[in-house]
Amino acid sequence: MSAIDENHLHADPGIDGHHPHHPATAAAAGPMQRERARTIFQKGSPGRRAFVCPPLDVPMPDAEELLPERFRRDEPPRLPEVSEPEIVRHYVGISKRNFDLDSGFYPLGSCTMKHNPRLHERAAALPGHARLHPLQDPERAQGALELMFNLQGALAEISGLPHVSLQPSAGSHGELAGVLLTRAYHEDRGETRRKVLTPDTAHGTNPATVTMAGLEVVKLATNPDGGIDLDDLRAKADSDVACLMLTNPNTLGLFDPNIEEIAAIVHGVGATLYYDGANLNAVMGLSRPGDMGFDIVHFNLHKSFTQPHGGGGPGSGPIAVSERIAPFLPRPVVARDDDGSFALDFDREPGSRSIGRLRGFHGNYGCFVRSYAYICSLGADGLKDASEAAVLNANYLLARLREKGVAEHLPLAYGELCMHEFVLSGGPMKRALKIKTLDLAKRLLDFGFHPPTVYFPLLVDEALMIEPTETETIQTLDAFADAIAQILAEAAADPEIALGAPYSTPVRRLDEVAAAKRPVIRQALD
Amino acid sequence: MLAAIGVSSVQEIFERQIPEGVRLGRELDLPQGLSEQEVFAHLSQLAARNVSAEDELSFLGAGMYDHYVPALIDMLMERSEFLTPYTPYQPEISQGGLQVMFEYQTAISELTGLPVSNASTYEGPSAVAAAAYLAKLHNSKRRLVISAGLHPHTIETLRTLAHGYGMEVVQVPLTTGSAGAASGSTGGVTDPDAWAGAIDDDTSAAIFAQPNFYGAVEDAAALSAAAKDAGEPVVIAQVDPITLGILQPPGACGVDVAVGEGQPLGNRLDFGGPSFGFFAAREEYLRRMPGRIAGETVDVDGRRGFVLTLQTREQHIRREKATSNICTAQALNALAGVVYLAWLGRRGIVELGELLLARTHYARDKLAALAGVDKLHEQPVVREFALRLDADVAAVRGRCLAQGVNPGVDVHALSGRDEDRGVLLVAITERRSRADIDRLAEVLGAAVASERQAVPA
Repeated sequence: MSAIDENHLHADPGIDGHHPHHPATAAAAGPMQRERARTIFQKGSPGRRAFVCPPLDVPMPDAEELLPERFRRDEPPRLPEVSEPEIVRHYVGISKRNFDLDSGFYPLGSCTMKHNPRLHERAAALPGHARLHPLQDPERAQGALELMFNLQGALAEISGLPHVSLQPSAGSHGELAGVLLTRAYHEDRGETRRKVLTPDTAHGTNPATVTMAGLEVVKLATNPDGGIDLDDLRAKADSDVACLMLTNPNTLGLFDPNIEEIAAIVHGVGATLYYDGANLNAVMGLSRPGDMGFDIVHFNLHKSFTQPHGGGGPGSGPIAVSERIAPFLPRPVVARDDDGSFALDFDREPGSRSIGRLRGFHGNYGCFVRSYAYICSLGADGLKDASEAAVLNANYLLARLREKGVAEHLPLAYGELCMHEFVLSGGPMKRALKIKTLDLAKRLLDFGFHPPTVYFPLLVDEALMIEPTETETIQTLDAFADAIAQILAEAAADPEIALGAPYSTPVRRLDEVAAAKRPVIRQALD
Repeated sequence: MLAAIGVSSVQEIFERQIPEGVRLGRELDLPQGLSEQEVFAHLSQLAARNVSAEDELSFLGAGMYDHYVPALIDMLMERSEFLTPYTPYQPEISQGGLQVMFEYQTAISELTGLPVSNASTYEGPSAVAAAAYLAKLHNSKRRLVISAGLHPHTIETLRTLAHGYGMEVVQVPLTTGSAGAASGSTGGVTDPDAWAGAIDDDTSAAIFAQPNFYGAVEDAAALSAAAKDAGEPVVIAQVDPITLGILQPPGACGVDVAVGEGQPLGNRLDFGGPSFGFFAAREEYLRRMPGRIAGETVDVDGRRGFVLTLQTREQHIRREKATSNICTAQALNALAGVVYLAWLGRRGIVELGELLLARTHYARDKLAALAGVDKLHEQPVVREFALRLDADVAAVRGRCLAQGVNPGVDVHALSGRDEDRGVLLVAITERRSRADIDRLAEVLGAAVASERQAVPA
């Protein structure tokens, strides 16, 4: 045997670690469970500190001359008094109470939890990007503007819509931009249209956005195949409709086969078609919203284009639009001048009809750097490969779950094949095995997996929405399928195991009702 | 894999689902993929074509500031456990992130003197617009009265979104004084008479900035009191958080909702984002707040834990009746914010505030003593101040840039307002020493003198 074969320290351990605590042996709490959570405000000691202030190198005039007493704070804010080692140990310690994508499988439907390459962090941290002030003169920020210009171009090509604004901060912000653009487009034509059609499968951000933009939501029914009910659409599409907001593939993971007809109906009544880009990862380089007839699309750079999600942001939600919407885009956009230099263009046309700004400065540039790096790495061929692998992985996992007999308890809610994600119904499982989707999700935590999105979309009973993404291996997909099968088998023998799960996590099931009834949202301080 | 699925190729999966008419049928018109080192080289080349705060002596501010970011923040933000999870939908395995939100909320409440805080919004100007929407939900009134001392980006963002909300924006001017006169102009703050006069029974919110865009410290208590005498508006202040170690907190000034740009707290410039917006309010607004809120609770074994709470406000539950559409916000940037505040600590935030105050005062006096340079106003300033130049600002800036000094923001170029012609906005951080300020004075003085000579008045 060669020395290398004996080197177990560095040998590939394979897929391992899915040995859940058996509840009978789970009584002893793990180290994370024994220690009660203490916040940074409960640590430290008066006078302790990390910060050393640079020296006062200017004359210190009379305090009243500097700042009149009535403007001065009476007592300093009660911030922590802690040393740097304490801060590091505190936050490293609580970080270990998080599950994360770098640690394990994260098949959270509609969230596209694909690998986040570290190259992107290194590139974004270069001082030329990270310490660039947003009000630097454009001629002294040519690299940044070129990057934004190139990203605008790439997103235009991927979406099939020629004009891009990078400004929105996240998907929901992009949606708000999109609905305001729709309003501006109609108002410019002298029309006041009040209604926005949204399918009952839509993300919650869609109807919430419509209300914030001052329009009314009209719900559209889903047909038995999981697509838009065309009769319902025809009945509701009238001259008061401003827009149809659609996700395609939709939140059931299904590409609507009637998309061309849907676009014809919507355009036929003079309305616009809005594409929620949350599920773009299914179709990059394969099908483009612009070619489907959409007028406006938002991208989620923190989904399809690997901006790390950061536990709830930052994200970035650029929008791409068709020619007829372009005059209303938020300003500024990045333009290339005749001499090849790049500029921030605040007036797309004389007497600009722009809806204006949606935020300060130019958008989440740090996210642009990462997503641009991703597009450069993958290129035209790689983006298509990514979507193909994402769809292959989802269909493979769906098939594996069927093989295992899981389908009896967790049938596919709609369709036969899927795009990049699929939705199972936990209804039969609940009736036959006496455990709900929530219990299955909580038991998955003991197996070392992040659960799928649960209870969404709303029209599926006990929904489980599974999106594996392209960056997972077949071994991981198999291990996940095995875990689901094992949990169902376990529940058939004893549903209490899942009902009491999880057992191995830093805390077990939390009382969310009590948290909402009497909200405690900050640390009590002395 | 294909056999398990029951198809002969990956293409078949697509062909069976996507109608032929909307299949792309060609490769995207983008370059082919590159190796990691090629991508890094390309991104490095782009970075090298930017002049960052590393490359020049920069006094740029106007909403984002070149503060020092301690090394431990880089380390913590790069940890997989903070960098790569999604929003904490499964609290049992998200206690780290949820506890960070809870600590962040505590820190923001302490800083602002307001009892409830959310877990972050996108950034400054959109946070102000979110606060205006809260006011609309709270009192269903139609008018937003705003101070002209708000950042121009805030005003434009408010106008964009107020159109969606169905609200009207009424702008109140700043006092003028005799700008440029050696007698000492006052000026530069929200005109109290116009402010009180603009607020009526139909006013939903009254909004001002502290310090204002031109660097002046506003009399926040007086503005709040006047607003409440004149009507029943929600009083909203856009606040610079780095000043709150020394300035009266909004909660002590009668402000109802304090929002602002969190970038000065441990976040890098990043050409304008990502950073975070903070959002704190009085108790009565808790159930109308936008965005995520972390709350404390216990698990089945009685252990302390944290969850996302009051979710019945949010879009994924309430849909069209939600208090906001916000979903993904700025959790990682808010982490940097709370770590920064812990690093500064209770004493450090005051010490830093005093240092900025003293250096800002020194810089303003030094620069205003130059020929052709005057204070725009005589109000107290704490970290930034506006000057009026008796020369073309763009030309003066050009001369300074050639000397490696970026003297600050050309306000007219940013705002487009006629009254901002000739105004330069200069920001001071702890990274700008006395020697740096002296260098600015030397370069700016020479540049103004040259321009005045070149173009006789």
